[in-house]
Amino acid sequence: MSSPVIGVLGLQGDVEEHLVMLARLKVDARRVKTAHELADVDGLIIPGGESTTVGAMLNRFGLTKPLLERVGNSMPVWGTCMGMIVMAEHVVDSEQPTLGILHIDVTRNAFGRQVESAEVPLTIAGLGGKPFPGVFIRAPWIERARDNAKIMASLDGKGVMVRQGNLLGTSFHPELTDDPRIHKLFLDLVERARPALAAR
Amino acid sequence: MADKTDKSDKQDKSQKHKGTEKVKRGLAQMLKGGVIMDVTTPEQATIAQEAGAVAVMALERVPADIRKEGGVARMAAIEVIQRIMDAVTIPVMAKARIGHFVEAQVLEALGIDFIDESEVLTPADEHYHIDKRPFTVPFVCGARNLGEALRRITEGAAMIRTKGEAGSGNIVEAIRHLREVTGDIRRLTTLSEEEFVAAAKDLGAPVELVREVAEAGRLPVVTFVAGGVATPADAALCMQLGAEGVFVGSGIFKSANPAKTAKAIVEATHYFDDPKVVLEVSKELGAPMPGLEISQIPKEQLLAGRGW
Repeated sequence: MSSPVIGVLGLQGDVEEHLVMLARLKVDARRVKTAHELADVDGLIIPGGESTTVGAMLNRFGLTKPLLERVGNSMPVWGTCMGMIVMAEHVVDSEQPTLGILHIDVTRNAFGRQVESAEVPLTIAGLGGKPFPGVFIRAPWIERARDNAKIMASLDGKGVMVRQGNLLGTSFHPELTDDPRIHKLFLDLVERARPALAAR
Repeated sequence: MADKTDKSDKQDKSQKHKGTEKVKRGLAQMLKGGVIMDVTTPEQATIAQEAGAVAVMALERVPADIRKEGGVARMAAIEVIQRIMDAVTIPVMAKARIGHFVEAQVLEALGIDFIDESEVLTPADEHYHIDKRPFTVPFVCGARNLGEALRRITEGAAMIRTKGEAGSGNIVEAIRHLREVTGDIRRLTTLSEEEFVAAAKDLGAPVELVREVAEAGRLPVVTFVAGGVATPADAALCMQLGAEGVFVGSGIFKSANPAKTAKAIVEATHYFDDPKVVLEVSKELGAPMPGLEISQIPKEQLLAGRGW
């Protein structure tokens, strides 16, 4: 099998930062803005950005349906900050449209406004070595995780990283650091999901 | 703390580092590919958010009205900003006068997400911009060329926008400034090591920063365009020329159909490289804001010349 292709949803947000990190890991990574481009990737990263902006654009430009179909066929998806909000089943105190694929309730801007944005070291379940440099920017937290969604890291007593099968969500931004460990974790998910995804 | 074996939720709050360069520049990175809209009321802010704005700029008057009414333009009334902050979930920015660090302190105390040290307001200091580094809140500053951009970054700006000519509805100045910045960066990338010091002198910026820009081929902070964007095609033009996002001031709420124009400019910014999308969203928008020929604006009323 050829090497996997990772897409980064490229409507709005810190798309380039993910692409730069993936290039450093020598991964074939590309920007995804259309359903056509989505069909060519083995895994998708939804970057940081504004969830009200991107959530609405997914619907307006016909990306929601093909994305849900591919997730149904077990394509791995990882959302950072906004990405995790867009993936969530429920956003607390909000009616904003989401994909509803991650069995969590998230609270937006949970730590406060921008002046509360911070860098903080995190201990992440199953991630060896030193603490991970967490970069939190107007970050959400996970209020509740249901079913097979498992919290992998917490801050101030709230979940800030979640895994549910092939889906991953982080409140923080590994793409703004030099630490590739979570990107590698996602690449592993993609490698393992590929045979099943290709068989469909 | 590092060898703690129990879960991270016991982590000490003092381990949080707020207001670092990374989180200040980081918020600007999250706004990339988006549109930031000037608003003067909570209703306008809601329209902007629903149209897909990534942030709003809370103002008392849009630049077109500041231009018309004249007088001293200051930081907006606190109640105006507060009501807008209460109305939306997206980041809220507000303007402080050039050099007026106390207006900036007040905005930070209010909890604003981003401060625009802006030439649209009447400058408070003719010599010094605000020292932006000690602030926890990030700043965006205007620039007409690379030297200005680098000086603002040296002072701590976490984001740069071209100045353009605010409230003119004329894109020509924004394009001039954007091309100045991107062209100057391209020239820097061709310099040899011994040429950096002379380039730094010409640009009026520190040589380390000049070298960093030359090596990266870009500014170390996000660069948006501002000042004169009035149509979806204007926004897409700026994006194709290398802007990372767009500020729209008077262009939305001085147009015939603000909600539709706002949405159209957002979509044209996201799909700037797809003329079919720009075509679709440009249909039946009604009249854009009225524009001004730059040469018809009296020299002393040009805003872009403020700051240095």
